[in-house]
Amino acid sequence: MENSLDPAPSLLEVRGISKSFGAVRALQEVDFTLRAGEIHALLGENGAGKSTMIKVITGVFPRDAGIVRLGGEEIAPRSAKAALQAGIATVYQEVNLLPNLSVAQNLFLDRQPMRFGIVREGEMRRRAKALLKDFGLDIDVAASLGSYSVAIQHVTAIARAVDLSARVLILDEPTASLDRHEVEILFGVMRQLAKRGIGIVFVSHFLDQVYEISDRITVLRNGRLVGERETASLPRLELIRMMLGRELAETTSARASAGERIAREVCASFENYGKAGYVTPFNLELRHGEVVGLAGLLGSGRTETARLVFGAERADRGQAKVEGAPVRLQSPRDGVRHGFGYCPEERKTDGIVAELTVRENIVLALQAKRGLHRPLSRREQDEIARRYVRMLDIRPPDPERAVGLLSGGNQQKVLLARWLATSPRLLVLDEPTRGIDVGAHAEIIRLIRELCDDGLALLVISSELDEIVTYSDRVVVLRDRTHVEELAGEAIDVGNILAAIAADVAHEAHA
Amino acid sequence: MTALLPRRGLAQILALIVILAVDRIVSPQFFDLRLQDGRLFGSLIDVLNRGTPVALLSLGMVLVIATRGIDLSVGAVMAISGAIAASLADSHGLPIVLAAALGAGLICGLWNGFLVAVLGMQPIVATLILMVAGRGIAQLITEGRIVTFSSPDLVWLGNGAVLGLPMPIAIALGMLILTGAVVRGSALGLLIEATGGNARASELAGVGTRAMILAVYVWCGICAALAGVIAAADIMGADANNAGLWLELDAILAVVIGGTSLFGGRFSLVLAVLGALIIQTMNTGILLSGYPPEFNLLVKAVVVMTVLLLQSPKFSGIAGIAARLRRSKA
Repeated sequence: MENSLDPAPSLLEVRGISKSFGAVRALQEVDFTLRAGEIHALLGENGAGKSTMIKVITGVFPRDAGIVRLGGEEIAPRSAKAALQAGIATVYQEVNLLPNLSVAQNLFLDRQPMRFGIVREGEMRRRAKALLKDFGLDIDVAASLGSYSVAIQHVTAIARAVDLSARVLILDEPTASLDRHEVEILFGVMRQLAKRGIGIVFVSHFLDQVYEISDRITVLRNGRLVGERETASLPRLELIRMMLGRELAETTSARASAGERIAREVCASFENYGKAGYVTPFNLELRHGEVVGLAGLLGSGRTETARLVFGAERADRGQAKVEGAPVRLQSPRDGVRHGFGYCPEERKTDGIVAELTVRENIVLALQAKRGLHRPLSRREQDEIARRYVRMLDIRPPDPERAVGLLSGGNQQKVLLARWLATSPRLLVLDEPTRGIDVGAHAEIIRLIRELCDDGLALLVISSELDEIVTYSDRVVVLRDRTHVEELAGEAIDVGNILAAIAADVAHEAHA
Repeated sequence: MTALLPRRGLAQILALIVILAVDRIVSPQFFDLRLQDGRLFGSLIDVLNRGTPVALLSLGMVLVIATRGIDLSVGAVMAISGAIAASLADSHGLPIVLAAALGAGLICGLWNGFLVAVLGMQPIVATLILMVAGRGIAQLITEGRIVTFSSPDLVWLGNGAVLGLPMPIAIALGMLILTGAVVRGSALGLLIEATGGNARASELAGVGTRAMILAVYVWCGICAALAGVIAAADIMGADANNAGLWLELDAILAVVIGGTSLFGGRFSLVLAVLGALIIQTMNTGILLSGYPPEFNLLVKAVVVMTVLLLQSPKFSGIAGIAARLRRSKA
């Protein structure tokens, strides 16, 4: 659609942007270029830095380094409002409008047409109607916004933003809660705006939609720029590789060969285990002294599998067995009783109790397992806490510090300690290295190996394929909430995993 | 955790001392004690005695608030248990009277706990139901009258004495020790604090968070019922309209003064009871001073604000900076 001899002028230029939160480097010298009239997809897994970048561009977060140019002029907005005034509008997944006011009032909030200090309702409605007509919407603008579908609310938000003379429109996961028809409406509006010369940044994890609508793709990974490509000339396999794998390094499993594997005893097994609308039934065997990696894109069913295995979610079919004996996993308590442990992805909301001390957080699961009437004495607690603080090198080494004051890596170690203290047979780790600085990252991976050598069974989820390849004995690949492939031994490498994740695309291409 | 009186109790103790000092100024005999018929008398004893119902309520309330809940129904539960005790007192023995009254409190607690823990209702709404309905139930029991009784056993519970201490004080002290022993002697304290601090995380760590929540509402109901019995025994009758009226607010206030956050988590039983005593010391002081009782509410508000200011991290931050500035100038 663009003439390659006469490239569209760049509208928004981001150069060398960096942003850190404490020790975590969320963005490192990222460049990004948006041309006028293009739809530019911004992609990456959770924690890649997409949201941080948007917030840095729009002034929600101050940036540590780098420059932003809009139409050739350097800008440094201090707030989302200032960014809007400069011409950059953002519409988030959750529409930031007032559902109890009418559509017209939402469109002209803060700038209603007035006469003698009185809002001219009729004039406002007429203008609202005209504005929405441009977007192909013919609706009653006097009705409250909340009475319309999410798609129309989105379009209203976009119309408002564009009418505020936006030149750049950022859409953060706009399609997440839309059905197919509503997505069509939204895409129609996006195409029309692009034609008018507005540059659109489109953040989404729906790759089909990205291929359908975008002209260009920028991929971020771990806060770094991986690359910028034209959508039309970027094969899907290559895109997934950009999102997940650093490069096709010669990292194959450093772990045991097939011969040793057979000798290992089965710790827990799941036959035809699943839950309708959650994860397609799967078969999974977890053996002592073995790491099983779960790989797949965001939303492929990795976390769902982990929660079913631990008992955080109830399966509605299939049979779970622990050491060969059938068991029922109805709640986390059942999982804990059978010797399972689970470190969830969301450490802050699902893992730590921020206000309590390191000691209390470490003994929590063990105490819950022992029951109310068998309290750990303060001396026992101190001893357990001290042992794990030393073993996992938790810093600062103060068991009486509130866990919320620790860094992400150390919080993760506290969670590991919590489960190790229960002497588990199976540990389920969901993204154990996410948001953790490089030093702690390596330590956690070393720990995973050591635990495994001690005979623990491990089920580990990670978006880092290199990482999964390094420590896994087997890798289960998921796609669309279904276990699609199991790789073992020599077959474990980044290329094979990527091929399995992208396999459906190959089918479509042949069809 | 095992220490009953944590370091953070300084603000409360200081507040109590200041209020006691003020009381001493307005009423020079404030600290006088005398022994008469094997029972201590004096303004201090009066404070403790009058403060008993709120102290008992706050013992239950502090646990509920620690789980990030609240119980607005305790005043109504007092009315119910008082009505039951007064109705049965002259026809049944003390054990049966107590069992019936406390049993009613247990059922009320179970109801609240069921709504919150099992049905997942917001605590403030869930307990509002019983706050309204409970007083109605109490009025049904007393048939709208003030039921009086003369059973010496029950009267003794309100006016008797052990080892010189009036019975209500002895009972409240006993309940404090019992609650402390149960909560801190078992793992309950830790698990309640974890549940209040982060219920999702605690659930995933294998803590039976529903059972915890149910348990604290039940205990709160029992404490309220006991407070109701004592209040009835004190006046030798039950007035369903006024027994325990608005005391839920005093109990919440006592817990907050005691430094337990309404957002749940860390709690202190002793400081909650201390909070109840601070409130009562003020009440008594204003009565003794001869000021009209209307002042009570205003003074209460000022003292509460002072204690909360002293606890607020922002305020201590400002105070800390001011102190540093003064030092650097010197």
